Amino acid sequence: MTTLARDANTGDEAPVFYVKDEHAHPEGSSTMLGFWIYLMSDCLIFAVLFAIYGVLGGSYAAGPAPKDLFDLGLVAVNTAMLLLSSLTFGFAMLEMMKSNVRGTLFWLVVTAVFGLAFLGIELYEFAHLIHIGATPQRSAFLSAFFTLVGTHGLHVTFGIVWLATLWVQMRRHGLIEANRRRLMCLSMFWHFLDVIWIGVFTFVYLMGVLR
Amino acid sequence: MFENIDLTKLIFGRLTWDAIPIHEPILVGTFAVVALGGLMLVGAVTRYGLWGYLWREWFTTVDHKRIGIMYMILGVVMLLRGFADAIMMRIQQAMAFNGSEGYLNAHHYDQIFTAHGVIMIFFVAMPLVTGLMNYIVPLQIGARDVSFPFLNNFSFWMTTGGAVLLMMSLFLGEFARTGWLAYPPLSGAEHSPGVGVDYYIWSLQVAGVGTTLSGINLICTIVKMRAPGMTMMKMPVFVWTSLCTNVLIVATFPVLTATLVLLSLDRYVGTNFFTSDLGGNPMMYVNLIWIWGHPEVYILILPVFGIFSEIAATFSGKRLFGYTSMVYATVVITILSYLVWLHHFFTMGSGASVNSFFGITTMIISIPTGAKVFNWLFTMYRGRIRFELPMMWTVAFMLTFVIGGMTGVLLAVPPADFVLHNSLFLVAHFHNVIIGGVVYGLFAGMIYWFPKAFGFRLDPFWGKVSFWGWVLGFYFAFMPLYVLGLMGVTRRLRVFDDPSLQIWFLIAGFGAFLILVGIVAFLIQIVVSIARREQLRDTTGDPWNGRTLEWATSSPPPDYNFAFTPVVHDNDAWWDMKRRGYRRPLEGFKPIHMPSNTGTGVILAGLSVVLSFGLIWYMWWLAALSFVAIIGVAIAHTFNYDHGFYIAENEVVGTETERTKLLAASGVNA
Repeated sequence: MTTLARDANTGDEAPVFYVKDEHAHPEGSSTMLGFWIYLMSDCLIFAVLFAIYGVLGGSYAAGPAPKDLFDLGLVAVNTAMLLLSSLTFGFAMLEMMKSNVRGTLFWLVVTAVFGLAFLGIELYEFAHLIHIGATPQRSAFLSAFFTLVGTHGLHVTFGIVWLATLWVQMRRHGLIEANRRRLMCLSMFWHFLDVIWIGVFTFVYLMGVLR
Repeated sequence: MFENIDLTKLIFGRLTWDAIPIHEPILVGTFAVVALGGLMLVGAVTRYGLWGYLWREWFTTVDHKRIGIMYMILGVVMLLRGFADAIMMRIQQAMAFNGSEGYLNAHHYDQIFTAHGVIMIFFVAMPLVTGLMNYIVPLQIGARDVSFPFLNNFSFWMTTGGAVLLMMSLFLGEFARTGWLAYPPLSGAEHSPGVGVDYYIWSLQVAGVGTTLSGINLICTIVKMRAPGMTMMKMPVFVWTSLCTNVLIVATFPVLTATLVLLSLDRYVGTNFFTSDLGGNPMMYVNLIWIWGHPEVYILILPVFGIFSEIAATFSGKRLFGYTSMVYATVVITILSYLVWLHHFFTMGSGASVNSFFGITTMIISIPTGAKVFNWLFTMYRGRIRFELPMMWTVAFMLTFVIGGMTGVLLAVPPADFVLHNSLFLVAHFHNVIIGGVVYGLFAGMIYWFPKAFGFRLDPFWGKVSFWGWVLGFYFAFMPLYVLGLMGVTRRLRVFDDPSLQIWFLIAGFGAFLILVGIVAFLIQIVVSIARREQLRDTTGDPWNGRTLEWATSSPPPDYNFAFTPVVHDNDAWWDMKRRGYRRPLEGFKPIHMPSNTGTGVILAGLSVVLSFGLIWYMWWLAALSFVAIIGVAIAHTFNYDHGFYIAENEVVGTETERTKLLAASGVNA
């Protein structure tokens, strides 16, 4: 509890002008807000990439169109990987709430495995496309496609590196306050990427095949 | 197989001896001066054994006040470079008549006008604005630091890293020759194959990271760290305008980042976003860059509106007129600034309806801005105005800025814009609002808060010389450009055919010379003030009879800003405290928790410069190596959980007792 100082000389109705006995701002009290704002700024980067895809997505330059390229079955598996990874991250957070370090660590490993599977499938898809000549240089549509999906993939890669780092740190220090905060941030980051992927899946793949 | 690999190319990429511009006498001369000056500086620092001090107390500091001061130094140093470019252009244009080619070749001239724009916006105006916000905002809200002190240090060094890259381009390779926004297809790989555009891209990307992070940091600081009692509508106006500016930074700089990434992909990978063939669309770049670019000018002007509001109230001895309308006007401008970007290219051909929409939104911005001007006027009305230097700048601003605003409304009319587009009229307009608004405001702010930061005021005589140099210089330099623009002269020209135009360029050149006087006088003002600091000393912490919390603490403030966190009851918190008999607490001090310094920011920014250098010159091994190093250092930093220390109670007592003695000596109560 914070007590406020009252100036003894000026009687009862004199205003309080300073906090006499305060506790320092707890470290990290702004972190959640700050990380939210960062995520929104990141969201804007994706917004630009989506806008680019919206404008250039139909510019095939006499090259292949989405219908010729996308294998919805593969993309469905891929999407499932990412959604499951979000689910397992949720389990990790539940274990964290119960202060169960081992449980948290376990579910983080599962999350990372799903994340890696997602990346593997995405890389396979990219390799396949490039192999059949649908390279990013081929048309504006493909430039926009590779950049949007690739940027998401880079974010997932970064998330896995972060996850591994945090995993080591939790092994070392357990679920201390700082680690809980970091895990909360990573969790928001991970779910954020999931939301972006829903956009990619719908806007790029599903609507692409319809077009 | 090894004979196929060119080892030199592998190591140095496209960096060859030709990259050093020894055939350009101007650059060789500049390099000699810069190198000599640099050597003298390094020599002096070494001679007096200051490296350790600089590293411990400044480079690695997480104190928002020191970081603020470093931003200001960066801004002022880069102002000299940006102005050197300006006066070179003015001399070239004044000379290049009657068959004369002037003294700058096209290759050099094009780099100069590009560099001038980039430097003045990104490395002069931005650091100065960010520096003032960094220094003042935490003090005005009664906080001990920003929300993320380490991030603050890192942001500063990233901004500096961008400036270093840009300066490097002067002596190693070349800078972009595309104009300050580098429109494709001119800036694409086909038409700008050299390193110039790459220098441009990476210097902005590195600085952009710093700007975005500092935006997030200051938003959190303002939202989370205000002193008890300071509700949103009790925040000083400068804090409000800073908040809106940082919201704009976070809402727009990612767009710049993404846009420049796409341009880099076109250049490095060969994608087709902004190319003229294979489905690319160059106008997409123009749209995106202005979605960042238009809010950017409000990022610069809004904090300055806040500065003028503080100064007008302080030097009129009155509460700011129309505080609430001022806040709403700021918020409305923030929102509208995002809805006007297309007025930068009415001539793109979007059609009458689109152009009308953006023309009207643009004109609407003049309403909240006009409200602000009236608020300042009514603040002065029947006030006891003291014409100290900050107030002089404020009055000059009100006169000059209104002219610039009116030519802006004129340009917002699409049919008029079709005539004036890309002309010197436009150049005159935006210099009218940026010099008459941002620059005047920054000078006003620097002079106003200088005693807070350093404990002594700036010398008024040289300040007045500087003021008149700038104000008269501005009118002489830019009013002729309005005339020329109306006559149809386009911007960025190097030589002219019509001899009747020369007189206007000569007048403009004279104006640039007056501005030079203003800049030199400003530098003299600082030197003279340091020499006369004992006479100019401020022992009270409140030299101007101020109204907001930064004047409640000593000048310069202690590391912890406030021994006790203030409690706020009124808009003008410090004025209220003085009026209602606040007595400074003399006992009951407690140890204060502070964040520790760290060198990680300098190291990460340094590595980012190396990474960019590798990418610019195609030294792939260097880029890969420094990228891995950046990740490694960042991860290593997260393993350090110890972020703070306590300032001991007796140390706080010592500092505060010292202040009590000073206050007693200067005859201030309590």
